[in-house]
Amino acid sequence: MNNNNNLTAEEKVRIARNIDRPHVDDIIKNLFTDFFEQKGDHLFDEDLSIYGGIARYKGMPVTIIGHRKGHNIQDNIKFNFGMPRPEGYRKALRLMKQAEKFGRPIITFVDTPGAYPGKEAEEHGQGEAIAKNLAAMSSLKVPVITVVTGEGNSGGALAISVANRILMLENAVYSVLSPEGFASILWKDSSRKREACDLMKLTAHDLQDAGVTDEVVPEPAGGAHTDPDTLYANLDAVLYKHLQELKLMSSSELVADRRLKFRNIGRTEEAEYITG
Amino acid sequence: MKSKVNYQAKDLLRDSSFELRAHKDAAGTILPTIMNPEFIDCPSCKRRALRSAWEKNLFACPNCGKLKPIGGYYRLSLILDKGSFKEMDYDMTVSDPLGFPGYAEKVAAQEKKTGLKEAVITATGKIGGIPVVTVVLDSRFFMGSMSTIVGEKVTRAIEVATSRKLPLIIFSASGGARMQEGIYSLMQMAKTAAAIEAFSESGGLYISYLTHPTTGGVTASFATLGDITLAEPGALIGFAGPRVIEQTINAKLPKGFQRAEYLESHGFVDKIVPRNEMRDTLIDILRLHVTNTKNENKGFSVVKNNE
Ligand SMILES: [Zn+2]
Repeated sequence: MNNNNNLTAEEKVRIARNIDRPHVDDIIKNLFTDFFEQKGDHLFDEDLSIYGGIARYKGMPVTIIGHRKGHNIQDNIKFNFGMPRPEGYRKALRLMKQAEKFGRPIITFVDTPGAYPGKEAEEHGQGEAIAKNLAAMSSLKVPVITVVTGEGNSGGALAISVANRILMLENAVYSVLSPEGFASILWKDSSRKREACDLMKLTAHDLQDAGVTDEVVPEPAGGAHTDPDTLYANLDAVLYKHLQELKLMSSSELVADRRLKFRNIGRTEEAEYITG
Repeated sequence: MKSKVNYQAKDLLRDSSFELRAHKDAAGTILPTIMNPEFIDCPSCKRRALRSAWEKNLFACPNCGKLKPIGGYYRLSLILDKGSFKEMDYDMTVSDPLGFPGYAEKVAAQEKKTGLKEAVITATGKIGGIPVVTVVLDSRFFMGSMSTIVGEKVTRAIEVATSRKLPLIIFSASGGARMQEGIYSLMQMAKTAAAIEAFSESGGLYISYLTHPTTGGVTASFATLGDITLAEPGALIGFAGPRVIEQTINAKLPKGFQRAEYLESHGFVDKIVPRNEMRDTLIDILRLHVTNTKNENKGFSVVKNNE
């Protein structure tokens, strides 16, 4: 059921960034009902690059949080191209803690070039805001599912992705940094993007091998934007299956399951500890 | 966690060689860059001072106070009680999860240059008689970048602190993610942050000390999750690097931006602590947290002097 197997990593990056690709607001309209948007971190500001609120999924209340991108340049400027400031991450955390309080599962949608590298973002603690989310998400007592829908880059993506299950659309990518940034840091040459894409192992299937992705959601041939309805149907099926599985787990099992998922990435068993 | 107790002759030898390693670290801080070992020029204020004056000042410039980066073993020797250092997981070497071209050769060169196997040293020890778990990121090895093994060693150290109910002290220094390890590097942020969360839930005290430079994924994970956050004077601390920010906003950043003092005034650092006050400061903080333990009840005397 993989219609995009013949694509190179670089081609997938291009599809993942396609401006017509379904975004979090499109997915909410097609898979959820009764969406109630929640704005602001209730501390300092509203960050439009993070979109979130409460909705129903097959009748069940859930909390939805996602990076927001637009389908045109005006909207993209408004949403800062999906690059959150600390206020966005703190809004996400506020919504997640609320979901936990009311026992709602959390579904996050990842699509970001990374956290915004701005002056005020640094002054307001970009690093601290991301770190707090990572720590807090690891102890949420409700099911957390992340869907990587487009590009997921760096800590800016991870900050809403400490989930029990990470699902990736077939042409989505997830990496430590954008391929351009990667090439620029390693080789001082951002034009070596194709080479970076091939080496980084950033496609959905690569990341399944790495234990990051739990399931790949098939896309119609050529990418989700060519036939969004097929994508929504495919995503619905996979999302429902994982949510049903997680709903059977107790809150302590959910926390343990989530922590173990990340603990096992790069785990070393046999090295020795020298006792004191 | 399962920690195999395996105390062999080579390990005993290693404990006694801690002083030697610390000494080598200290010498390495300035030796390779100078022609005349008697005097050392400050790269910041350009003034010259006696080598012995630099050493006495713990490698802060005797004229302007600008700090030279110091190696991990030397830093621990300034903090820990004599003879208390026990290293964990010292034989864990760099993994190459992506099979990245040229990485193994780079690692070999870094090992040869620094004598380190990874960018982090994890250990148990005592400070003023109080047992602690301590972690030092060493910026000489791949700029202290977050690799799979850095994340793994840090996590294992946090888990030891959790299971033994010991205070945790982490000295961070990092240029960010280890690019050659891709997504595995990124995921260590979640892994270490989750370990800190579990440690915190167990009631453990975590003192985070930010040294120059602490950036990227380390800043956005365990480094900014301390109960107490201290910083070294003048240290660069941030998520994005200043050059990236200037390119993004197309403007010059103000003087002192992302420096320890700037973070203190913007509300992210409890106290800026110079190197020579670090041990005493840690002892003061630890003592405020270990009251009512069996040590205190027995009238345990806290030795403040490292001699
Ligand atoms: Zn100077």
